[in-house]
Amino acid sequence: MLTLSHFLILGAILFSIGVVGIFLNRKNLIVLMMAIELMLLAVNMNFVAFSHYLGDLSGQVFVFFILTVAAAESAIGLAILVVLFRNLQTIHVDDLDSLKG
Amino acid sequence: MTLAEMSFVLPDLRPAAAEIFLLVMACAILLIDVFSKNPKRTMTFVLTQVTLLCCVFITFATSSAEITYTFSNMFVDDLMADFLKLLLYLTVLVVMFYSRAYMLERAPHATGEFFALTLFATLGMMVMISANHFVTVYLGLELLSLSLYAMVALNRDSVQATEAAMKYFVLGALASGLLLYGMSMIYGATGTLEITGVAERLAMGVANKTVLTLGLVFLVAGIAFKLGVVPFHMWIPDVYHGAPTAVTLLIGSAPKLAAFAIVMRMLVNGLIVLAVDWQQMLIILSVLSMAIGNLAAIAQTNLKRMLAYSAISHMGFMLLGIVTGVVGGDARYALNAYSSAMFYVVTYVITSAGTFGMILLLARSGFESDQLDDFKGLNKRSPWFAAIMMMLMFSMAGVPFFVGFFAKLSVLQAVVAAGYMWLAIAAVIFSLIGAYYYLRVVKLMYFDEPTDTSPIDAPFDIKLLMSANGLAVAVLGIFPQALMSLCAYSLLRSL
Repeated sequence: MLTLSHFLILGAILFSIGVVGIFLNRKNLIVLMMAIELMLLAVNMNFVAFSHYLGDLSGQVFVFFILTVAAAESAIGLAILVVLFRNLQTIHVDDLDSLKG
Repeated sequence: MTLAEMSFVLPDLRPAAAEIFLLVMACAILLIDVFSKNPKRTMTFVLTQVTLLCCVFITFATSSAEITYTFSNMFVDDLMADFLKLLLYLTVLVVMFYSRAYMLERAPHATGEFFALTLFATLGMMVMISANHFVTVYLGLELLSLSLYAMVALNRDSVQATEAAMKYFVLGALASGLLLYGMSMIYGATGTLEITGVAERLAMGVANKTVLTLGLVFLVAGIAFKLGVVPFHMWIPDVYHGAPTAVTLLIGSAPKLAAFAIVMRMLVNGLIVLAVDWQQMLIILSVLSMAIGNLAAIAQTNLKRMLAYSAISHMGFMLLGIVTGVVGGDARYALNAYSSAMFYVVTYVITSAGTFGMILLLARSGFESDQLDDFKGLNKRSPWFAAIMMMLMFSMAGVPFFVGFFAKLSVLQAVVAAGYMWLAIAAVIFSLIGAYYYLRVVKLMYFDEPTDTSPIDAPFDIKLLMSANGLAVAVLGIFPQALMSLCAYSLLRSL
């Protein structure tokens, strides 16, 4: 039998993978965006689980908003990635080092 | 419920009239700009300014001393919201005035978009200020952030600008993720997403404490990211430095008002029962921000980067007002403490707008004027603007009798009244350290030889506004009471 805590633990694991992915990833900006997406999906999972167990629909409605905003966010992120690639000819995280101090 | 039984009741639109108007106008301006042939974008510029002035009028006309909820309690209109929104319009208006010439020169293809995106960012901030539901907080925050990400990258051929945009985007998305995770936990513990509803459920004491505390930690981390306080400040220096100065001016001023508003809405209105927990977290963030912000600012040679670290330390100082609201379950000093924080953030926004405005004023084609050395001997080039810059720097440093001094004083009074003596002493010491780098700018302007002696050629209207902005800092320093009591009154009617 699946209980609420199973879902929460899965959500926490996915969220941690997302956060760790952002900090440990030193190679590719696209992988970084995937980590961000994973983080937001983990949150969605939490909301749906809570919503189901609380018998309250507003959590699931929030999920639709998060999904929509996440799509807009990826669009802007990829657009920034394209202009960055035009300037630097690379999408390696380590090459983003012109701003220091 | 069958479909026939569902009925749709039109919500009361009056409290959100300014938001609706701004949304319609921003969309219209975006369209008009596409068809406008004028390379100077006069039409777009005038329309954005008129829109903001109309918003001032609408907010005035619909403001009332009572707290009004609308859209099923998702949106709240109270005096704090009205006051912050009026200041927001004013700040954005000034920001666009300063930015126009700079943007036309640096990114002529995108100046129209700059104005439209600024309006969308303003709309996001207004929604944040009036949010009474986690969905509204999130949507307002994202509308602001997404507009700002795009604006940082407007100067698309600059390596620095695009790099700053990428860093801002990644860390901003991380912050949103943390904030949402916190919201989901609080939703799980209390069973509601409505901020006033959360407060009611918490007062009943039925929530699961472990889940709630976990949620609170993530929520505070997310807010701290958006405020830019240590240890969540990594994006601030890079974004301030890399973004076009006009965008830095916007990021460094108006969003601080909105960030203050969501702190008030979520932590004070919603989670006041947990004040002991979040106050402890914020004290640590605040002390760290004042220490690292002020110390790191000393080492900077770029003025924008120096002001970024200064922003971190100022936000830390502002948090001192927030953490002293509730002492040992006693909220007697709450109004005093929160209104001192509000006064602090308002004066910071005015001063910061002036300082970045000065960098814009001195910039010209091919010359950013964002190095400390570019301010050498400014007194010889223009005694008047050197004096204005000196007033702004004195106010930032908290020299008596400029407005920044009274802001620091009122926050310190709240800290002492709450009995945190050591915190007040630490704040004063860090402010003294901070005074060093502000006064260094004054020294460069008055006692060093200018490296370039060309006179300042800026349009007359911008010079006039710049002078008014600098003088406002001095005049508010002489009569701080009026603004202070406005802050206190609007909070009194809203808490």
